Amino acid sequence: MKQFEYTIKDPVGIHARPAGLLGKKAKEFEGTVVTIEKGDKSAAATKLMALMGLGVKCGDTVTIKIEGGDEDAAAAAIEAFLNENL
Amino acid sequence: MIKYTGKGVYGAVAIGKVSVFKRQTASVEKVRITDPEAEKARVTAAKEKATEQLQAIYEKALAEVGEEEAAIFEVHMMMLEDEDYNDAINDMIDSELVNAEFAVASARDTYAAQFSAMDDSYFQARAADIKDISDRLLNCLADNGASSELAGDKMVVCSDDLAPSETVSLDKSKVLAFATAYGSSNSHTAILARNMNIPAVIGLGKEFLEGIADGQQICVDGYTGEVFVNPDEDTVARLTKKRDEDLEKKSRLKELIGKDNVTIDGTKINVFCNIGGPKDIPLVNENDGGGIGLFRSEFLYLENSDFPSEEQQFEAYKNVLESMKGKKVIIRTLDIGADKKVDYFNLDDEENPAMGIRAIRICLTRPEIFKTQLRALFRASVYGDLGIMFPMITSESEISEIMGFCDIIKAELDTHGIPYADNIELGIMIETPAAAVISDKLAPMVDFFSVGTNDLTQYTLACDRQNPKIERFVDTHHEAVLRLIEMAAKAAHDNGKWIGICGELGADTSLTERFLRMGIDELSVSPPSVLKVRDKVRSIDLSK
Repeated sequence: MKQFEYTIKDPVGIHARPAGLLGKKAKEFEGTVVTIEKGDKSAAATKLMALMGLGVKCGDTVTIKIEGGDEDAAAAAIEAFLNENL
Repeated sequence: MIKYTGKGVYGAVAIGKVSVFKRQTASVEKVRITDPEAEKARVTAAKEKATEQLQAIYEKALAEVGEEEAAIFEVHMMMLEDEDYNDAINDMIDSELVNAEFAVASARDTYAAQFSAMDDSYFQARAADIKDISDRLLNCLADNGASSELAGDKMVVCSDDLAPSETVSLDKSKVLAFATAYGSSNSHTAILARNMNIPAVIGLGKEFLEGIADGQQICVDGYTGEVFVNPDEDTVARLTKKRDEDLEKKSRLKELIGKDNVTIDGTKINVFCNIGGPKDIPLVNENDGGGIGLFRSEFLYLENSDFPSEEQQFEAYKNVLESMKGKKVIIRTLDIGADKKVDYFNLDDEENPAMGIRAIRICLTRPEIFKTQLRALFRASVYGDLGIMFPMITSESEISEIMGFCDIIKAELDTHGIPYADNIELGIMIETPAAAVISDKLAPMVDFFSVGTNDLTQYTLACDRQNPKIERFVDTHHEAVLRLIEMAAKAAHDNGKWIGICGELGADTSLTERFLRMGIDELSVSPPSVLKVRDKVRSIDLSK
């Protein structure tokens, strides 16, 4: 399993559009599960409503956990995505 | 007559008849079913239809409103595909053997409640999206036609609120104004009204909705937020007059598009625009600005989480120059200080940020940042007519240092055969008393001056712009400030250089004549002010 932390820079936090695009990105890695954790709540990156339901705001630090055959590639891609969009 | 007061979101006046927006919501009854697979298949079919509709709405929004507003419909399509949302519907059908309508309505209510309960207004607002897509799904299940059509002539559309897809779906040619009981000034109703230039008032309250009926006379004043149902004669007369004057003023200003900024005696000046980012560029052309007199480059730094790279900056500047198609673009180098939050700059907290390490002082003490911006600007210069402006100047030595940096950049670019324009104008902002007082020494060193009246006033009157308590001591037309501008204008012209004003005073039409008499060559104002300044210029006769 790979895991890293990320602090949200986007002023709106994890909002609908990037959440949707993040889900699409995560789906690219079949067989690999990407989970976003905030505090004691977590959501699969591919689940738009659940992800938004975390209510992640600007300045929040979340933990990204990646598990599966493609975890290295997925971790790099997700991290790049976050840096660019959130 | 009953008067309701809400919030006006677009300044205009309408007099017409009420059309109560009728939402086509399918009624939801809980019905027991025996074939869950068939029921789930209905959901799938309805979903496909809903997605098609949303795609059409997305494209209509893209064409009529804009990319940012249209994006919400992409989100709607994603929500429709969400696993949890679909599972909630399908699981309920399987486990409780209920009809698709009931399952969808339940999922809608569950998720809407979840989002409404969140403690952030952005997420709370998403509840409206969930209701919108679920209601669309319900309509598709019921095989209803598209949402209510507006009959007859142009009407004032009245509603509790209008969901994003509802506002976009309306036949714009039939809408005279919007009046809603709820809504926020950034809601789709508001944004659409602004784009359509029609009056809109929101937040009129529940009583408004309960008090209206189709066909009633109604007056909507988008300036004051007042709405009059069954207005009396005086009100109709007053608002008719207000509406006609408003339209006349707007059309007169429109007629000025394409006309020169020239006085009665034939003195011509440039009227340019101040903008803060690429998305304002369309406003420049809509308002017939002759160019950009101040392009604030801070957006690149503020919207980033780290220093924008040379490539990122280059693309942005190139984009602006190309979009302006050869019209002058003056870009100000970064003007950030300890009072503008940009964390990654690691600026110290200062007691006196207005007088501290800001703007050019950051650039000169941290050359890597300066050189990156300058390189990007020089490289982009070949794509249009570029001017570069340096803020917060107080001395000749600062200018010498700046020119030194420019020479280094040019040499570097020459070595690598990277082209740059040979006619880039380099100017400084006159926004400190020092710069105005020694403007005769500074003028020979630069190609132009641009007066930043906001900061110039602050420093000259020793008054903090941000402090409301001090307002009574701030005379924005203070003679001291005007004399400093005059001084700078004389110095510029004695040295054959041009001078412009990019601060707020530039749009103050009570000062236009004084500025013209000083010989100011260019006024750079916010886009909506261009035409009113042009109107004023054309009414002045300097020979009198």
